[in-house]
Amino acid sequence: MSGGARAATAPLRVALVGNPNTGKSTLFNALTGLRQKVANYPGVTVERIEGRLRLGDRVATVVDLPGTYSLTAQSPDEAIALETLEGTSPHAPPPDVIVAVVDAVHLERNLFLCSQLLELGRPMVVALNQVDLAAAAGLRIDPVELTLALGVPVVATVATRGEGLDLLRHAIARAPELPRPQRPWSLPDDVAAALQPLQRALENLGYAPGVAAFEALRLIGAPDDDPRLTAHPELCPLRTEAQRQLRAAGRNPASVEAELRYAWIDDVVRRAVRREHPGRRWTDRIDAVVLHRVAGPILFLLLMGLLFQAIFAWAEPVMNVVESVVNSLGWAIASLLPLGELRSLWTDGIVAGVGAVLVFVPQIAILFLFLGLLEDSGYMARAAFLLDRLMRGVGLPGRAFVPLLSGYACAVPAVLATRTIEDRRDRLATILVIPFMSCSARLPIYTLLIGTFVPAVSVAGWISLQGLTLLGMYLLGTGTALGVAALFKRTLLRGRPRPLILELPPYRWPNPRTLVVQVGHRVALFLRRAGTVILALSVVLWALATYPRARVPAGTPPGQASEFQLEQSVLGRAGRAIEPLVRPIGFDWKIGVSILSSLAAREVFVSTMGTIYGVGDATETSPALRDKLRAARDPATGRPAYTPLVAFALMVFYVYALMCVSTIAVVARETGGGRIGWRWAAFQFAFMLALAYVAALLVYQGGRALGWG
Amino acid sequence: MTLASLSPGARGRVRRVEGQAELQRRLAELGILPGARVELVRVAPLGDPLEVRVRGTLLTLRRREAACIEIEPEVAA
Repeated sequence: MSGGARAATAPLRVALVGNPNTGKSTLFNALTGLRQKVANYPGVTVERIEGRLRLGDRVATVVDLPGTYSLTAQSPDEAIALETLEGTSPHAPPPDVIVAVVDAVHLERNLFLCSQLLELGRPMVVALNQVDLAAAAGLRIDPVELTLALGVPVVATVATRGEGLDLLRHAIARAPELPRPQRPWSLPDDVAAALQPLQRALENLGYAPGVAAFEALRLIGAPDDDPRLTAHPELCPLRTEAQRQLRAAGRNPASVEAELRYAWIDDVVRRAVRREHPGRRWTDRIDAVVLHRVAGPILFLLLMGLLFQAIFAWAEPVMNVVESVVNSLGWAIASLLPLGELRSLWTDGIVAGVGAVLVFVPQIAILFLFLGLLEDSGYMARAAFLLDRLMRGVGLPGRAFVPLLSGYACAVPAVLATRTIEDRRDRLATILVIPFMSCSARLPIYTLLIGTFVPAVSVAGWISLQGLTLLGMYLLGTGTALGVAALFKRTLLRGRPRPLILELPPYRWPNPRTLVVQVGHRVALFLRRAGTVILALSVVLWALATYPRARVPAGTPPGQASEFQLEQSVLGRAGRAIEPLVRPIGFDWKIGVSILSSLAAREVFVSTMGTIYGVGDATETSPALRDKLRAARDPATGRPAYTPLVAFALMVFYVYALMCVSTIAVVARETGGGRIGWRWAAFQFAFMLALAYVAALLVYQGGRALGWG
Repeated sequence: MTLASLSPGARGRVRRVEGQAELQRRLAELGILPGARVELVRVAPLGDPLEVRVRGTLLTLRRREAACIEIEPEVAA
């Protein structure tokens, strides 16, 4: 397929490539406006963002490839970038034009990726971005000299202010007519001789000569499990021989590619860059505080406190508004429906399900706005720097801290936030333990049980027994999360510890537009991918609690009627069926039913107990429900059905059990989707349930043995 | 002498990079190659990792990796 065969009216395919922190996303937004589509690459959590761009009378589709330092196909991000650019991706055709986004402030390091891109032989344009910041740092870069050195057009841009974009569009439109770029330097004779057999074998596999030369040089330093080598094992002996020859010539195969490229880069930089006296170095000054031995950790704690406050407390009013709007809309439509099953499906199934989905949106938006601010300003890498030593104790990277903390508010956004963790095993371990962090939906259960069964007495000064119990539940969950993470990282998810090699980018003002667009993408992905599943599962749970219909005798008060109905439903019968299982941990069938129904959302436990005890619309602070619970008797023995010991066992059960379909759905999506994802979600649900059961058993039986029952 | 044994603020020139091939390649891609000038900017509050300046870029490395980078210390001017 040749480029010329495509009609001139077909949209031009443009790919944006560049290092992280080059302003690539801002440039992408400036070029495409809000006409964007976001999706995941199949099987991985790398996001695929596509937009449209007008080039005079032509239209172009622009793909924003994941930020990468090189084309070595190490992480999933890099593998996707490499496949797309070489045209070997099963998901996307090769681009017609590559736009290499180069950070003018860090020209040397950025030219490394650029020199690899040139060798792909595709029409290419370099956007020399952030020239304003480079000028402030005392770097004057000559775009003409750079154009001559690279052999492709170089356009100076400031994406944040829209400068240079017209020239860039023009260069993109004209790029296919220019001579194809090629390697602007040549291999030393000894390297060329060593690589030749490997290069020829690659050409025989169908690679164009330029790409074969690039691949041969890349494979010399690539790890043994490089996808190219596993796909063509016949290349391995050729590579081993080439490495032997290079070593014999006194070269290091692991770094020979970088040495040759940086030799060329040093030459280019000498010609194209003039260094003037640098201006004020804001980054160094800010770092002197942010990374200070004492001030640094304090600032970090303050920021995390702010984040915690935002997702815990500030999201609440917005969530209440969302809930009441959904409910009043639901009721408005419900009043048009006939009384009966259809109306029940609408209000208790669909509207409740939609509410269950939308209620997460404020927290997700706030969390990702915060994460975006931390990431785009340059702080996130510093947080990882400060925390790395601490988190390594449990085997997790510094970046796992923010998702774990977010888990106190809600596991759903927290699981989504693990996307900033690069290593797959680290990310899985974090996802698996996030639900141990006591989320805000557990609070109503703790409040009901503590308020009912723990006396409001003071332990010491203003510290009450009730408060201490609540703190104990939070500490139990947190301690378990860290312990289980350490366990997983040493067993199931053991891997070579990855070296922490991370750039600390210069501080920048985050671009508001880029931030808003990013938050929008996250919310859209959540609604489309997880939201649909949550809605479906909510309707299924409604059906299980509603069918089969019970024959309620005429004249039964409504409260008793719904109690009667719940008992007769599949869920009610299941609750009775599992009673022998939950007896040893001190629960009766009523608690069993409430636990099952709380899969919709943990706080539903409270309203289900309310239904069973005929207290309509019960909340965790309803005195009526509290009285009924204290007064409840075991029909067999006549002794109180619920004791403080049962309440403790129940709270411990909720600390551990993953009773939340929303979390299950999000975990399934974020661990790979499809069968793999659902297997991880099922595994997580099973081990957390087992842990919950054993812990509740220990509390209840241990307590009884000590005579507290 | 290795990069890990420099004191904050001190500079040097890379002589050799040791360790696994994978680590050598990743460091090389970021410009940590024989002859490159490096500066140990600071140490994290808990003693690890380290902040390093190389080719105008700030990077963080753990002590373990920094100990693979053999350097020729520069005498402070």
